[in-house]
Amino acid sequence: MAPTFFFYLFSVVLVLCAAMVVSSRNPVHSVLFLIGAFFNAAGLFLIAGAEFLAFILVIVYVGAVAVLFLFVVMMLDVDFEQLRSGLQRYLPVGIAVGVLLLAELVSVLVGWHVHPAATAVRFAPAPAGVSNTVALGELVYTKYILLFQAAGLVLLVAMIGAIVLTLRDRRSSRHQRIAVQNARVPGETVELRTMALGGGVPVADILRPRLTQPDAIDDDPLEPTHHGGHHPADAHHAPEGR
Amino acid sequence: MNWALALPEIVLAACGLLILVIGVLRKSDSAQLCSMLTLGAFLVTGLLVLTRPGGIGYYGQFTVDSFAVLTKLLILIGAALSLMLSFDYNDRQGIARFEYPVLILFATVGMMGMVSASSLMTLYVALELQSLALYVLAAFARDELRSSEAGLKYFVLGALASGLLLYGISLVYGFSGTMDFGVLAHALGSPAQASAGLIVGVVFVIVGLAFKISAAPFHMWTPDVYEGSPTSVTVFLATAPKVAAMALLLRVMAEPFGHLLASWQLVIEVVSIASMVLGALAAIGQTNVKRLMAYSSIGHMGYALIGLAVGTPLGMRGVLVYLIVYIFMSAGTWACIIAMRRQGLAVEKIEDLSGLARTDPGLALAFAIFMFSMAGIPPLSGFFGKLYVFLAAVQSGLWTLAIIGVLTSVVGSYYYLRIVKVMYFDAPGPALDRRPSMLGFVAAVTGVFTLFFFLFPGPLVAAAGTAASALFG
Amino acid sequence: MPYVLPGYLPILVFMVIAGVIAVAMVGGSLLAARQKPYPEKLSAYECGFEAFDDARRPFDVRYYLVAILFIIFDLEVAFLFPWAVSLGATRLFGFLSMMGFLGVLTVGFIYEWCKGALEWE
Repeated sequence: MAPTFFFYLFSVVLVLCAAMVVSSRNPVHSVLFLIGAFFNAAGLFLIAGAEFLAFILVIVYVGAVAVLFLFVVMMLDVDFEQLRSGLQRYLPVGIAVGVLLLAELVSVLVGWHVHPAATAVRFAPAPAGVSNTVALGELVYTKYILLFQAAGLVLLVAMIGAIVLTLRDRRSSRHQRIAVQNARVPGETVELRTMALGGGVPVADILRPRLTQPDAIDDDPLEPTHHGGHHPADAHHAPEGR
Repeated sequence: MNWALALPEIVLAACGLLILVIGVLRKSDSAQLCSMLTLGAFLVTGLLVLTRPGGIGYYGQFTVDSFAVLTKLLILIGAALSLMLSFDYNDRQGIARFEYPVLILFATVGMMGMVSASSLMTLYVALELQSLALYVLAAFARDELRSSEAGLKYFVLGALASGLLLYGISLVYGFSGTMDFGVLAHALGSPAQASAGLIVGVVFVIVGLAFKISAAPFHMWTPDVYEGSPTSVTVFLATAPKVAAMALLLRVMAEPFGHLLASWQLVIEVVSIASMVLGALAAIGQTNVKRLMAYSSIGHMGYALIGLAVGTPLGMRGVLVYLIVYIFMSAGTWACIIAMRRQGLAVEKIEDLSGLARTDPGLALAFAIFMFSMAGIPPLSGFFGKLYVFLAAVQSGLWTLAIIGVLTSVVGSYYYLRIVKVMYFDAPGPALDRRPSMLGFVAAVTGVFTLFFFLFPGPLVAAAGTAASALFG
Repeated sequence: MPYVLPGYLPILVFMVIAGVIAVAMVGGSLLAARQKPYPEKLSAYECGFEAFDDARRPFDVRYYLVAILFIIFDLEVAFLFPWAVSLGATRLFGFLSMMGFLGVLTVGFIYEWCKGALEWE
């Protein structure tokens, strides 16, 4: 009795949330109703005993996909009213397609009969004694290993695709290059010189610290690029004590 | 359990990973090196495909038979040809990045998985791998509006088609309890066994796959995506994925659903007629040569589907011969289209070909050979493709299909011959840029195949025949 | 189908309590607070003058890239869950197959690290 009650509860709320997704005026409300629909669908999966699917629905769909939807909806200036303005024009076609699909569904369900040999053909009954996740795990990594690795390749291609299409080189910013910083040797950066007491600093003699990898990219575009040359600032110094 | 059956795919995927790492670790521009390595990987994979023994493995999800071997070789040839054509084009368009050959490689892995699938799940995962790589490739020139539009359209419509395909697969699974092709064929032994729901599922599967081969009325994405994508990507789209999707459709219709022929034959016939008619009529008014070729490819898929509608090994042989002939014709035509550059910019209108016979006779000759072949004029190879398909239709009594095929062939040859007329009889415009030698090489190889196919059709037709009977074995 | 619902009773209790508290807060505010909204009060505050532009900035595509990379690694973790609980049954073969999958995704990780997709600026 309890599963039946929860089934109807989840189903009704799911259908209501789905209807609100489509008919809500505010796009952010639509996404929030979509999240509600996902949660109810997860509940339905739980009733059917598919625990792992319910987890994945919440973790991946709500936790990642719906968040991405919210990013886009909140940051893009989507003119919702203009998007939805064609309702009057498309209503007849929409109703026709809907009626057609309904007729198909009815005709299929009315002619439904369970073939006596069907249960024998069913290959994958849920094994007793282990939880749903363990049962899945025992199959995916052994029997379906080819599909599993192919799924890994699909994820890799998605990664490559996202980077190829959206990554822009931002050359204007200066990165920290920690490897370079750690590889610095004091001998290259600090130079000890003995000076005569009371003598000044010989202007023309001061060298800039020499980097091991003079890299044009790290140069500050506002400063002159010559190393070991003269400083324009030294023009202010009167050469002292020479 | 025969794990080594998928060795070519595993090797190719491992090469892809290696090339990706090499490409990203090299500081300097690495597109050329990665493209060369990818060509090498294709060569190695082709050798592996040819020399490995066949069988069914991975608990019945993966099968290697002569059909799979033939189609995999065609896919590898198509991918290699389109990669060769992309070297220079990508450089000049400013999209020479090393991810390009890597994405082509992974799309090829997906395609090879598709034609070896013997379970509905393998079919779907491999199809998604191929499709995802293609969506990214279509939008590769990300700073061009047309390319982004093409990628977006392809992605949205492709995702919808994949959704329909998955719905059909789930209906078939729900009404039969299995995804394995062999078990399905056994369970559906007599047409009375199939309930209405399963037939609906099969129809949805046909719809999803017809989208991928761009058969009418599911062809809407083709002209826009072909026109908007960078031409090097369009070459790839027009060759290898067509072969893979058609081969997949052949295998799916022949193996699990072969006994239901009476149920789905009419659907395929309607799709075929629609494709042929649309391909013939819609291309007549086109001025952009890439769009014209897109519509022509829709028509060609219509002709190939005649062989599928027949449903016998003879029909399947006809489809395979058509695919063999088509891949070379198509690659050659697109090589000539890539050569159309003027003052450093790619030009795409048919008028830009005016008088090509005087400014570049070699290119014009190659283009003319491919246009005549596409129109189906003997003794070029295109004629043989149509011959075998119409032969199978007539021998099975599908007269309507054969007659409509011949009529649309005649109507469609108008726009092919118009291009030849523009090249040879119109006043010459400014000359096209000097073309790179790689284009000449590809056009020459495919042109020689197209021209001299009639001398030795035997071995290829026999190979196609063995492959077709392997489907029904 | 296995009847797993009783195991999730604590979650139901949790959700009911959360719902009750949320309804109590909002309902309490509705009942006990004085609410007399009018358009002037509800409009955005812009330092005294009428707001003339939208507060939204152009969408920065870096957010999208971060979200996509997150989804991909989230799916990798989703594959890790059943593997973790069933390793006792699948033993060495299951371990190696997961290592292969992780290897593929590690190559992807190397790729995105070296391309600089993990740097924000």
